Amino acid sequence: MDLFLNQLFNGVSLASLYLLASLGLALSFGLMRVINMAHGEMLMLGGYLAWATLSVVPGPAGILVAIPVAFAGAAAMGGVIQVGLVRRLSARPLDTLLATWGVSLILQQAARDLFGAVGVEVRAPAWLDGGLTLGGIVLPSTRLFIIAVAIVVLAALTLVLLKTRIGLLVRAVNQDRMMASATGIDVGRVDLTVFCLGSGIAGAAGVMLALLGPVTPSVGQAYIIPAFLVVVMGGLGSVTGTTVAAAVLGVFAALAQMFVDVSVSQMLLLIFVVLFIQIRPQGVVAARTRQLDA
Amino acid sequence: MTALNDRIRPALRVLPWALLAFAVAAPFLLSGYDLNLLARFMAMGILALGIVMIWGHGGILSLGQGVFFGLGGYAVAMHMKLADLPAGEIPDFMVWSGREALPWWWEPFASPAFAIAAALLVPALLGALFAWAVFHRRVGGTYFALITQALALAFATLVISQQDATGGFNGLTDFYSILGFGIASPRTATGLYWLTLAILCGAFVGLRWLLASRFGMLLRAARDGENRVRFLGYSPVPFKVVAFALAAMLAGAGGALFTLHAGVVSPALIGVVPSIEMVIFVAVGGRYSLAGAIVGALAINLARDAVSSAFPELWLYLMGALFILVVTLMPNGLAGLVRGQAK
Repeated sequence: MDLFLNQLFNGVSLASLYLLASLGLALSFGLMRVINMAHGEMLMLGGYLAWATLSVVPGPAGILVAIPVAFAGAAAMGGVIQVGLVRRLSARPLDTLLATWGVSLILQQAARDLFGAVGVEVRAPAWLDGGLTLGGIVLPSTRLFIIAVAIVVLAALTLVLLKTRIGLLVRAVNQDRMMASATGIDVGRVDLTVFCLGSGIAGAAGVMLALLGPVTPSVGQAYIIPAFLVVVMGGLGSVTGTTVAAAVLGVFAALAQMFVDVSVSQMLLLIFVVLFIQIRPQGVVAARTRQLDA
Repeated sequence: MTALNDRIRPALRVLPWALLAFAVAAPFLLSGYDLNLLARFMAMGILALGIVMIWGHGGILSLGQGVFFGLGGYAVAMHMKLADLPAGEIPDFMVWSGREALPWWWEPFASPAFAIAAALLVPALLGALFAWAVFHRRVGGTYFALITQALALAFATLVISQQDATGGFNGLTDFYSILGFGIASPRTATGLYWLTLAILCGAFVGLRWLLASRFGMLLRAARDGENRVRFLGYSPVPFKVVAFALAAMLAGAGGALFTLHAGVVSPALIGVVPSIEMVIFVAVGGRYSLAGAIVGALAINLARDAVSSAFPELWLYLMGALFILVVTLMPNGLAGLVRGQAK
């Protein structure tokens, strides 16, 4: 029973990482119907920026400084990708996917040349050592921190989307791009904003990855494919759907690993998602629309 | 640009024919090593033909062709591991991993007919099942691409982790004979070369006919307006499923032949990155052009061979840049230059 609870907790912390890694993908996909294959490299960039920040800002607050730095860095990189590539290819979603894959390859190789293939270590601050012990289960502070960050990011994003002017514009473009454009909304700017925001969230997620293990050029790759599956399962551009899908897949993966090894659990995760779309092809939360080819 | 095109175009138009002439003459011109290399690249060309059908004509982007390539390759490799064994023994790597007996699913591969059938039919059936599961629920093309990439990752990880049954990270190698012919002998190599060339030409002619037929027309119609096809009374699903299964079968054939020429099959050839590299063959050659796919497969493989032996890091930069430039500036690839379509 304790083992089960422990794995359940690990599942929740894994789900938090999946959520942070997939929110940006899901938002951009809902808005523009494009997938940025270099999204995993935003995680990697966030990891390296965390490492760089901690070498400049030592002490207990370093990690708290690293999160905004990683967010800003990854958001800027996302902006470059959006303006340079995604905007030009907006009419061809599958081509966007291939072109951004090229960006992903280049960024990974650049990281290998700059920092070496071995990876760099980030030392978690002392206040993240240890953990909580509840009955027979141990909750490591690092993982609690990751869950907390995911909750804060999710709350902040929801507030931005629901309560601010930019959020209003995003929701308008999300509902009906043509109509939003006709009312004078600068659709291109909304696209860029969302793309930067999503990339920034991935950058913040990269800081969390740096707490868990060494930052390597391919660190994003381990999380990006589950994040894609979260997007497939979540439904079009819905924050709620993405959250539910991330929670289900994270917990599913962690619990599956109690019975099978990691490689089999990956296959099970994929089969689970394919079975899920048999039941709900529109995802966890369906986008309500009357357009035939939405 | 047009002046340049006018000069390039006639040259590119004869390129496929020149390549065919060269391919026929190759066994008399090339050294054994180079012939082997050419044969491997032609096996990749067979796979690339399938990608033209599903991606160019069907609008289905698969980032998991490496899986089907791997299934074909492993089927043949498993047979060759068993064929060379004295009765009652198990392959060497299994012994090293501490296995006592052959896994049950290895046993039928002792029969060459079974292995060849499996190399073609297992990918086709898996491809059909997979495509049907996604397309019959009307799930879109981007989702399909993401799911195939997840499949490529899961498959490669699975193969690596089952060290005692698949040879793990190193894959399967050290083959001695196929159907009683010694793999190492030049005569066998030349025979396999002719076989590969014949299958490549057969697949080319067959797909050319298929894509010109009503099937091809409906496939393109489903690509351009899936709902309109439904309104006209057709279900696009069977067309997409059959196309994907055929492409998977061609990938399996390519993988089987590649394994025979390379003498090895390993996870390094089947995972996420190799799978997406297979798409770049077609992107460079031209996504709508069968001849382009073969040219692209040969060109990219040649370039990789030349570049990565000297500067391994450079190749990844080059491939990344190729993806970006070809997709943004030359969406119809080399074939687009021939037809004079800039866009």
